[in-house]
Amino acid sequence: MTGPERYPDDRAGGFPSPPRTVEDAEGRTIELRVYDGTDADREALRAMYEAFDPADRAQGIPPSRPSKLGDWLDRILDDDCYNVFAWDGDDVVGHVTLVPENGTDSPYELAIFVLQSHQGAGIGTALIETTLGYGAEQGISEVWLTVERWNRAAVGLYEKIGFETTDAESFELEMAIRLDDQTESTG
Amino acid sequence: MKVLLGIGGSDDSVRALERVVARTAEVGDDLTVAIVENPRSPRSREEIAERTRAELDDAGIDAEIRQVEGDPGSELVDIAEREEFDEIALGGGQTSPMGKINVGSIAEFVLLNAHTSVKLVR
Repeated sequence: MTGPERYPDDRAGGFPSPPRTVEDAEGRTIELRVYDGTDADREALRAMYEAFDPADRAQGIPPSRPSKLGDWLDRILDDDCYNVFAWDGDDVVGHVTLVPENGTDSPYELAIFVLQSHQGAGIGTALIETTLGYGAEQGISEVWLTVERWNRAAVGLYEKIGFETTDAESFELEMAIRLDDQTESTG
Repeated sequence: MKVLLGIGGSDDSVRALERVVARTAEVGDDLTVAIVENPRSPRSREEIAERTRAELDDAGIDAEIRQVEGDPGSELVDIAEREEFDEIALGGGQTSPMGKINVGSIAEFVLLNAHTSVKLVR
């Protein structure tokens, strides 16, 4: 399974970069930070996925079996991937990952997960925008994802951010975005 | 049980071939392998037929290998109905770079249209 055959012509830009602190709709202070590669960060992420409601899994991820969850974290926390966590105090409550098809010059696949207790509070939007800003800084231009077509809330959120549907022929809707080059704008 | 295995040459279809052949050897199903068109397959039809023959020989199974022309999903459903198969078996989808499962268009069509049971092999 590879990404889209084409990407939108229009480029999307102006996304914020991590680290950022935002207040969610429930008044909670949420910090958005890049995964720092430490075991502590990895364990905090693992704890979020261990608490994750299986009903909110998407297309088989995150895996529930502990050994499979470990394998999956190895894959997405690899050096060629980009990961941003949303923290509420000492807990990871949301996570966006960008995983390349093959090597850092290829398009990146995006996925987002937000813990049930923190859904519907705007954290997902802030997290995706911030991760796209981070990705653009790192020189990524093509990002794609698939989403179950009945997940209207997610599809609406991706559209609002600037994703366009690139394939509506399958069970899963395929969407993509082309990022502006933000590598020079380190403000 | 009369089983129709449809394979187009993608990685998941090759996995389905291995699993279904192993299962057939175990339970003695009556297996037919239909090699269908898949423009996105990384393997040629000849390669797939050879691979299928080798798998069947290794398992000591006598099964028909059939080359099927035309739209794969509708051909499989049609063959299963006309020849009274009990089950259609297919590859259960590819995984994306980060491990998301994506069900292919052939499987989707067969799931929605077959009157037999459908097995997606993961």
